[in-house]
Order: sequence, then C-alpha cells, then structure tokens
Amino acid sequence: MTWSDMSPLLWEATGQTAQMVAWATLFTVLFGLPLGVALVGTDRSGLFPAPFARRILGLVVNIGRSLPFIVLMIAVIPVTRLITGTTIGTGAAAVPLTIGAVPFFARLVETALREVGRDVVQAAQAMGASRARIVARVLLPEALPGLIAALTVTIVTLISYSAMAGVIGGGGLGDLAVRYGYQRFETLLMIVTVVVLVVLVQAVQSLGDAVARRLTRR
Amino acid sequence: MIEVSGLRKVYGSVVALDGVDLHVRQGEIFGVLGRSGAGKSTLLRCVNLLERPSGGSVVVGGRDLTALGERELRRARQGIGMIHQHFALLSSRTVAGNVAFPLEIMGMPRDRRAARVEELLELVGLAGKAGAYPAQLSGGQKQRVGIARALAGSPSVLLSDEATSALDPGTTQSILALLKRLNREFGLTILLITHEMDVIKAVCDSAAIMSDGRIEEAGPIPELLATPGSRLTEELFPLAPPEPGSVTITFTGAYSGRADEPVVSQVVRKFDVDVNILGGALEEVAGVSAGRLRVRLTGGESEAALGYLRDRGLLVEVAPR
Repeated sequence: MTWSDMSPLLWEATGQTAQMVAWATLFTVLFGLPLGVALVGTDRSGLFPAPFARRILGLVVNIGRSLPFIVLMIAVIPVTRLITGTTIGTGAAAVPLTIGAVPFFARLVETALREVGRDVVQAAQAMGASRARIVARVLLPEALPGLIAALTVTIVTLISYSAMAGVIGGGGLGDLAVRYGYQRFETLLMIVTVVVLVVLVQAVQSLGDAVARRLTRR
Repeated sequence: MIEVSGLRKVYGSVVALDGVDLHVRQGEIFGVLGRSGAGKSTLLRCVNLLERPSGGSVVVGGRDLTALGERELRRARQGIGMIHQHFALLSSRTVAGNVAFPLEIMGMPRDRRAARVEELLELVGLAGKAGAYPAQLSGGQKQRVGIARALAGSPSVLLSDEATSALDPGTTQSILALLKRLNREFGLTILLITHEMDVIKAVCDSAAIMSDGRIEEAGPIPELLATPGSRLTEELFPLAPPEPGSVTITFTGAYSGRADEPVVSQVVRKFDVDVNILGGALEEVAGVSAGRLRVRLTGGESEAALGYLRDRGLLVEVAPR
C-alpha cells in the first residue's frame, strides 16, 4: 500500500474521529457539568443538600462508570435509535460516546469543584449571594483550571473510546486500524494510524495543559 | 446593635452553643475570647446565620434574623460585613474584582462599581493594587482586601472570624489599627472572635470569655476588671496563685487619669507599712492603663492602708491566711 493509497483513508478516518469526539464532547459538557455541580451541591454540607438525591445520582454515575465502553455501546443501542433514528454511522456513535463519558466527566467535575475552599463559598453566602450566583460566579470560575484539566482528560478518553465505534459503523481511526492493519495485514497503515492517534492525544493534552496553566492564578 | 439571646446550636449529640446571651452596643468593638473548640466560631457564624441556630434568637440592627425568609436573609446579610481568618478571597479575580463582588450581588451598576471599589481600596491603603491577584499579595494585604470587600455595602456591623490569627505580630497590629480606625471614623460596630489576648487588649471596648459553649463573663472591659475574681483579669494580667495573706491590687478603669499616681509610696508614708512587691503586670487596655500588683503589707496600720486603696477606686483582694 503506497502513501497515496493511505492518505485519503487516513484523512477520512481522522475526520470521522474528530467529528465523533467533537459532538460527544459538546454533549458531555452539556450534561456532565450540571451533573458534577449536582454531585457537589446535593452533599449534606453542600449548597442545596439532598442526601437521598445525592445517593441516587452517585449510584447512576457509578453504574455508568462500571460498564466497559464496548458493552455500554451495544446496551444503549435502543437509546441511540430513539435519538438519532439510526444505530450505525458516525452520528449514531456520538450517542454512546456521550453516555459513556458523562459519568466520567461528572466525577472529574465533582473533584475539581471540591478543590474550591469552603471558606470562599461561605464568604459569598455571608455577602448575601444566591446559590445560583455562587455556582456561576464562585464555584465554576474558581475551579476553572481544574475543569479544563477534567475536560482534557475526557477528550483523550473519548478519542480512545471512539476507536471502538467501528463496531457500530462509526468509522474513525480505530476502525481503520482494525480493518486494514489487523484484517488485511497492512502493517504500515497500522503504524501510521497509531502515530496519528498519538499525535492527536498529545496535541489535545498539551493544549489543555497550556490553557489550564494560563488560567491558574494561585 | 447585636442582641443574641438563649442561642443554642447542637450537632447531633454535640452541644456547640449552650444558651448564649450576647449584647453588643452600637459603635463598640466587642471581643469574644476563647480556646479553639469553645464555640466562638459557631457563635459568630450564627450571628449572620451561616449556621442556623437550634434555638434562641439573633437580632441585628433591630431585626430578628432567625425569622427571615431566604430572600430577606440574603438582603440582611448584605448589611453585615464579615472578614475571615484565611481571607477567603476569590483567587480567580483581581483585588478590584474581589471588592466588586459584593457590589455585584447588591446589583450596583457597573459604572458606579468602579468608583466605589477605588474608594474602598483607598480607604484600606491598597490604592495601587487594584490589578493584582490575591496570590501576589502578602497576608496583611490580603486581609485588607477582605476588609475592603466586607465594607463594600457600607455595613453597620462587621464580624471578624479570627481575622489576625494567620498574620505575624507586626501585621496583626496594623490590621487591628485599621479596624480601630474604621470603628472610630464610621461608628462601625465590630464583633470579633479571637484566641489572642493581645487582640482584646489592643482594640476591644467590651469582651466576653467563652468556654464549652457558654459565656463565662461578659461586659465592658473596665467593669470586668473591677469585678472580683474576673477571669478576664486573670488572663490579661497573669500572676502566680496568691500566697496566704498577700494582697492583690487591681488597677481598674475607674482609676483612669490617675494611673501614674504613686499609690504605693503614699500608702507607705501615710500608714507606716512595709510593702513587699511579689509580682505585677500593667498594660494599656481599652484605652486605660490597667493592671495588677501583688504585694505583702506588714507593720503599721495595714487595714487602714487597704481601705485607702479601695477608696482610690482600686480593687483590693486579700488572700486568706
């Protein structure tokens, strides 16, 4: 297989991976961030204590986290059909990716928010700030470097999950490596795919680190 | 200004506050002294209802805070400033941003905020630091930001939660001097809690001693000094346990203005007694010179000498033989 044979395949697969990861990242933040806030806030000593809700949320998150992604992807097929109308393709793959990443991201958000000092939150309460304002103007801005780090780790995880999306016809770099590298013994393509994945992950991590560092004022 | 009565706070089986009464007058600096675990921090946090009391009432500026709904309570808190031991500044905001935060909460429009922030930073002596982040400041500067932030809403009451405990002695004195100035210039009522006797000595008009969730004694400092067996006096001017027959003379506030009168030599001359000084401590407290002197009187008219000292407004206690 020559470079001119591989190049279009690689470009297409990289595009598919990027697309899956981008959509999944968007929805993961959309659902995972409020979930993370809820995990911290419903604590007994949190902003809106609700121990029972806290336990339910924790349970749901743990169930989501304990399923291997490949199993989860198959298990949520009915949900995927409900949302996208199909169960195969890049768009369809974004659904299980999101479902798999939300609990993971929510836990990381929880950890980042817990880093914000209790005294800072109490100071805001003593100033007469509402709970919504404390979340929006104290918790999230104070935890921002940690949240960026959490997002970075989540994107890297999504890239890795997306390699399994070939199973449901999502395409992408992982799928390319399996179909050509493994099933057709195209070792060179396999190696190039691996290199592309490594570069991709490295780029995401470096960018995330740089942004987090810029935002750190401690 | 602050009227706390019958305050109780219970955590499970732990009683943190066991029926606390506190009366803080308008325009005074009131210090609550106690060791850690005495309940003073819980008491302070009950005053602005950061902790919801299990029983009793908290009246600040004539309003019973325990009776307010959440929205009204938030508004009431905007009129009560608070400063914290570890400053509790937002690390993601600049000095100006931190001071502006309470103004945002109050809904002050952006263009008026900037002017008010500038004014407040000027007041606490941080005019040049508006653009700095808290991490770039010293402890004393951070606490000044905390004070500017607490004053943003022109509160009538300031609560201070061990505000100088994380600072070195020199910085502590400068922060205390600032609090005293705010108290004198604006009539700001300050309720502070501390475990440092020096804080009480330096700025407080009144004091309370707390232990095991109760107030042991409370009142204006000169009155406490004039009370026989006062724990505050004991803490302020520590002396060894009295020897039998020794006399402890307490220079209370009532002696103000004549503190440099040579009472001991007067006694010696008038009553022909020998005075042996066993120990003593003298300091400036609440603006008056006060202290204790432990002496032994022998010979002459000892009883008359003690009466003379009492007439001069001194508290005289004789240890039983």
